[in-house]
Amino acid sequence: MKLTGAELIIRLLELNRITTVAGIPGGANLPLYDALGASSIRHVLTRHEQGAGFVAQGMARASGRPAVCLGTSGPGATNLLTAIADAKLDSIPIVAITGQVPRAMIGTDAFQEIDTYGLTIPITKHNFLVRSARDLLEVIPDALRIASSGRPGPVVVDVPKDVQTEAVEVDHLPAPVRPNPPPRMEASEIGRAAKLINDSKRPLLLVGAGVIAAEASAKLLGLVERASIPTAATLLALGALPHNHLLFLGMVGMHAARFTNLLLDECDLLIGLGVRFDDRATGKAAEFCPRAKILHIDIDPSELGKIKEPALGITADVGEALSALEPLIESDPRTEWIRHMRGLRERYPLMVPGTDDPLRPYGIIRHAAALLPEDAIITSDVGQHQMWVAQAFPFTRPRQWLTSGGLGTMGFGMPAAIGAALAAPNRVVACFSGDGSLLMNLQELATAAEQQVTVKIILLNNSHLGLVRQQQHLFYGRRYCASRFEAQTDFVAIARGFGIPAVDLCEARDPLAALEQAIRRPGPGLVNVPIAPEENVYPMVPPGGANRDMIGGDFDDAKPA
Amino acid sequence: MPNQPETPNQDCLSVPARGAILRLRVRNHFGVMTHVCSLFSRRAFNLDAIICLPIADGAESAVLLMVNENQRLDQLIRQLAKLEDVLQVNRAPEFRSAFESVAQCFTRE
Repeated sequence: MKLTGAELIIRLLELNRITTVAGIPGGANLPLYDALGASSIRHVLTRHEQGAGFVAQGMARASGRPAVCLGTSGPGATNLLTAIADAKLDSIPIVAITGQVPRAMIGTDAFQEIDTYGLTIPITKHNFLVRSARDLLEVIPDALRIASSGRPGPVVVDVPKDVQTEAVEVDHLPAPVRPNPPPRMEASEIGRAAKLINDSKRPLLLVGAGVIAAEASAKLLGLVERASIPTAATLLALGALPHNHLLFLGMVGMHAARFTNLLLDECDLLIGLGVRFDDRATGKAAEFCPRAKILHIDIDPSELGKIKEPALGITADVGEALSALEPLIESDPRTEWIRHMRGLRERYPLMVPGTDDPLRPYGIIRHAAALLPEDAIITSDVGQHQMWVAQAFPFTRPRQWLTSGGLGTMGFGMPAAIGAALAAPNRVVACFSGDGSLLMNLQELATAAEQQVTVKIILLNNSHLGLVRQQQHLFYGRRYCASRFEAQTDFVAIARGFGIPAVDLCEARDPLAALEQAIRRPGPGLVNVPIAPEENVYPMVPPGGANRDMIGGDFDDAKPA
Repeated sequence: MPNQPETPNQDCLSVPARGAILRLRVRNHFGVMTHVCSLFSRRAFNLDAIICLPIADGAESAVLLMVNENQRLDQLIRQLAKLEDVLQVNRAPEFRSAFESVAQCFTRE
């Protein structure tokens, strides 16, 4: 059969079960859109390419499968960069297919020409500039395979316009892509790992996004319970264990509960599973778990020894490693260590003041959690609200919580929520946001309205860049420079302007009833929750400090939950 | 090297005695050198010298890199090995002479 490059791309995507893509057409990718229009693939037109990148991320994070976004050359490609970089830092499998000027015009500074290949080298797992339509037979499957194999990540495929229109004779299409098999483990290493765990008096597990990517939560629970190991999670791994599990310590690091960071100081073995010892998790790395040997298991060998030198580092899929470990781990109640953990938890619990008041941060989060269906997906933007949600939302399962961790991109939450809703159309998606973050991709309200996705934006609105203000408050002598929005934005009017029902909890006669009504109504919605700018996230480890040196969140300034 | 003088030409550049030599086998296509060089620059790791030649009928290239020997080098090697177009990477101190030969092509100003 004779196919154009554009048709070939679309056929290969269909073949690989890509059913929804997000993007924006433009001059250099119109042939691709022409082929897309004639296909079975659903296209979601966003209002900015960064939104398309985050919609793809939302689909990928919610489903665990690679997702695709499209943009044209030049500004289309540069607008995608932030979402691609975000996917790189959080190891999310997306494939961005960009249009490029025709081959003969490359290097001439043509209209909307930019070196997409060069720009995306440092922010992708791999990238391609396609030189002929025939090459697409390998490049598109390779892109999907690379994005989803091993440690996942973003791949860019830059396709010149004349490659999209070039016709090629194709005998047969390649089989659907299968991810590369995970690295092979040495049985002796697993044996040594089991011995480290069995010999440990005070072991502690630190689980990261690798556990989510490996779909290893059930196996993790088995190890935790069999060996009685207290378990902390990084920001991205919340939900790997249910929040209320007796051995779960919550989030580690800069905004962890006091008892969590204090217990980490005392463990004699830290088992890092699918973690990369990010500085927001470890605090000052040299003082992280000072008494512990480290057992580090990760699918990416370059993470072993990058930040913390492990006593034993194993390159493996976390799920496979847990399966191999299971028969070797001795059942052990570790009574003394667990009693110690309980004591610390009682003395230094997470302080969540104001949970009864829906107009205070922890209050709106807990009330929304109580009203949201059990299977709801939660996204967030970046800032104070993100940390409050991470601390206080009762996460119960993996892929329930989608947030921008590594890059910390404000503007992530709402388009990612749209993507999650597209991937899981029968679920409610709640996007906790802040007024600073929401304004960064506000235009995607139009996309949410157009797609009629069930995305509920819960806006913690303090008219500030709250986490900036908090740092200025704590570390810059309360000199609040450029962290306050002087002009008040009427978010309820704005949402309605986009055709989205909205409510202001401050003006509602019964805020809880209004919140419930907003959540129950099908389709998109926005709930504006004015909160005081003085509300800060505690405890807080000063940037660069050791995790044990936490500010606030003490009995002095709050009551236990 | 038939034309190599017995004693190094005093006008030529000298090759630092310290530093590690890495040998890479890479897919020879558009952009692979950019991938390799950009990895060093974005991790703030100095790359002192590069020699690159096509091999295997031009399907692959052999690359010799001269880099600082320090405690972060192992991390850089692991990062290099992760690049999709890098087929093999190893330490190759035996190829230091290649850089000495190349030095003959460059004279001091």
